[in-house]
Amino acid sequence: MRGAKSATWVAMATAVALTATACGGGGSDSGDDNAAVNPDGTYTYYNVEPQNPIIPSNTNEVGGGYIVKNLFRSLVGFDEKSKLRMEAAESIESSDNQHFTVKLKPGWKFHNGEPQTAASFVDAWNWASNGKNAQLNASWFEPIKGYADVHPEKGDPKADKLEGLKVVNDLEFTIELTKPVSTFKEQLFYDAFSPLPKAFYKDTKAFGEHPIGNGPYQMDGDWSHKVEFKTKKFADYKGDDKPKNGGVIFKFYNKDDAAYNDLVSDKLDIMYQVPNSMAGQFKNDLGKRAISQMFGGNTNISFPLYEGDWGKPEKVKVRQGLSMAIDRETIAKTALKGSKDAADGITPKVVEGYQANSCGEFCKFNPTKAKELIKEGGGVPGNKVTLTYNADGANKEWADAVCNDIRQNGGVECVTDPKPTFQQARTDITERHMKSAFRMAWVQDFPNIQNFISAQYRTKAGANDMEFSNKDVDELMDKADAAKTIEESNKLYAEAEKKILQESMPSIPLFFDHTLAGYSKKVQNVKFDSFRQAIWTDVEVKK
Amino acid sequence: MGRFVARRLLQMIPVFIGTTLLIFLMVYSLPGDPVKSLFGPKAADPATVERLRHQYGLDKPLLEQYWNYISGLFKGDFGQSFTGRPVADLMAEAFPVTIRLALLAFGFEVIVGVALGILTGLKRGKFLDQIVLVLTLVVISIPVFVIGYVTQFLLGLKWKVITPTVQDSMNIGQLMVPAIVLAALSLAYVTRLTRTTVGENLRADYMRTAVAKGLPRKRVIGVHLMRNSLIPVVTFLGTDLGMLMGGAIVTEGIFNIQGVGNTLFRSIQTSEGPTVVGIVTVLVLVYLVSSLVVDLLYAVLDPRIRYA
Repeated sequence: MRGAKSATWVAMATAVALTATACGGGGSDSGDDNAAVNPDGTYTYYNVEPQNPIIPSNTNEVGGGYIVKNLFRSLVGFDEKSKLRMEAAESIESSDNQHFTVKLKPGWKFHNGEPQTAASFVDAWNWASNGKNAQLNASWFEPIKGYADVHPEKGDPKADKLEGLKVVNDLEFTIELTKPVSTFKEQLFYDAFSPLPKAFYKDTKAFGEHPIGNGPYQMDGDWSHKVEFKTKKFADYKGDDKPKNGGVIFKFYNKDDAAYNDLVSDKLDIMYQVPNSMAGQFKNDLGKRAISQMFGGNTNISFPLYEGDWGKPEKVKVRQGLSMAIDRETIAKTALKGSKDAADGITPKVVEGYQANSCGEFCKFNPTKAKELIKEGGGVPGNKVTLTYNADGANKEWADAVCNDIRQNGGVECVTDPKPTFQQARTDITERHMKSAFRMAWVQDFPNIQNFISAQYRTKAGANDMEFSNKDVDELMDKADAAKTIEESNKLYAEAEKKILQESMPSIPLFFDHTLAGYSKKVQNVKFDSFRQAIWTDVEVKK
Repeated sequence: MGRFVARRLLQMIPVFIGTTLLIFLMVYSLPGDPVKSLFGPKAADPATVERLRHQYGLDKPLLEQYWNYISGLFKGDFGQSFTGRPVADLMAEAFPVTIRLALLAFGFEVIVGVALGILTGLKRGKFLDQIVLVLTLVVISIPVFVIGYVTQFLLGLKWKVITPTVQDSMNIGQLMVPAIVLAALSLAYVTRLTRTTVGENLRADYMRTAVAKGLPRKRVIGVHLMRNSLIPVVTFLGTDLGMLMGGAIVTEGIFNIQGVGNTLFRSIQTSEGPTVVGIVTVLVLVYLVSSLVVDLLYAVLDPRIRYA
């Protein structure tokens, strides 16, 4: 992919040379911001062909994810400011973060007219968590009591219903967890918790091709594979965020370069992430229609604490020294052209629970102290840092710059080791073949500090690729999960974050990522949230 | 003739088995675990991995997997992709698009390439010949993605003659420009090949005889010269058709055409054995059939060749 992208530049340059004209494109006219709006107008949205049939509990990648998010509404959701709000639920109450009572809003319907009831949720969750159905998102139900019985690690399930779920009446059900989880309410927003109509169980395969949800948009016609997925406004949608447009058409592209060219010539209306090669240029091309905005994702480099000397306590200093050798501000501004911000901790600024400067002095550029710390810690194991990353993402620019800084300011030999694909890099990382530094990134599942800390830094957590383990940190997290209020939990997590970075630094925070988006002249009122998704329902299509 | 065709058809069987087995082995030796990678950056939960592996038959020994695949193939079952869709469906979507694109490119290549080749071959050393030689040299030396991006940039973005990408992959009018881009390289080869053989045959004895007999020039060139000059060109065109179908990955990517090349590329990235093997098998068959057709065409072009 990278090769192909630099190819764009070669091609552009050739084209420029051939025609002896300056490159550019659309210019900066953004059209009239208050043009007349067509409430039934549809717009196209950049996407890739979903990898799986559209079933909420089996959709875990962006292609299908964006479609699920428009066809379905979970109990709760997040608004533009990352604040939790009730969606299908009227209220979710709990006094101990372990027993929840969910009351549903009355009158909600599925796209086929079937009313949405408590059973729509409970049955869907039972089905999704059942080991027999092998759903990719089954692990989201793990906190619920009885999960181990319906989804044992080996063999067939011992039960087909989650013990912790009980229907009280049509509009009310209760959830019991195995232990308190302070952010469970937040987690309920996730696609896997979407309700399913009865039609789903009759023929799950057909449903995957023609999904029926309870969300603001319903499927329009057939799914034209690899070309587009059309949706239209659902007239009976009862939520507060009624669409201001007629529907979203998800247009599938193989290459983002192709999509970007369509965007510039108004053949594609919204692109949530322009190609990396266009990061320096898209503002010229799109003018006011270019958006650069931080979202809930970070980029770090991590260390294999399971490998040789890296696990030794004195190497904390070495990692902190390496961190101080990196001039994040300059890299973000020059090499990355503002497509990322320098990080001052693990949790990005736009995420609830963010605390300024949780990294302390260790994420501030200070070459003198960097060298001192590296020396005090006895130097880098093997006297050389090898930074592994996947070359099919937008990683080369920062990886080269970071390595360069480590060499120049830290006085440590540093080379990069690009793996051709994300898949290959992942396999090496999860099979614990790392010998030195590697790229570790996180894109939020939900905009709360818990997600950033617990998923990667808890002992034996699923994405803890460093095998980092610290009893005090684990205890803090347990305490946070049992906290009565979300504010209290956030505070404890922030404390854990500080402890991780300032006392162990198993990973070096580098950047908070930006979404670089753009839209065509045909639409207006395009905003993005911390998931780097457009607020789909708010988009207005000009007449 | 009949026996020749029968023998060639029989030869296809070992070639077919050999290629499918090789590709099957190659896909399965790709680094990375296809089932685990379905989970993205999240840790895969072992129970689900186990079940999915069983579902796709990945828990069986390799040769047994291959046997299951091949025996399914003879029942007309191309297997299932990891997305749960039958591979036959995937191919039914992609092949019509690619066949259109390849045939357009092929037609363009044959008509323009052969015409230019004959013209320049007859007028060797003249101005037109020089121009065509330089132009084909340029085309041959520029990689196809550069030609593609430049065309897209100039026609689509700058002059706005076409939409930058193909909006409807089945629309022949929209496939025109990508087809020309795809054909450009082969076109240059066909032109040069034709030019050379025409030039050589012009000096052949039978040509002198034909002219001496006082045959009209039209007949000398159209029948005597063309027939003999086209033999190497036909060989090239035959294998090129297969290449146009399978090798359009770059062009398809640039113009966002939903054809075979891209489906193949995506399936290789996700290590989807059944899809890769299915598509490549069909491509291999295309190669085999087109080379058989080429061999038969020899006999038509050159009566001295007889197949017993």
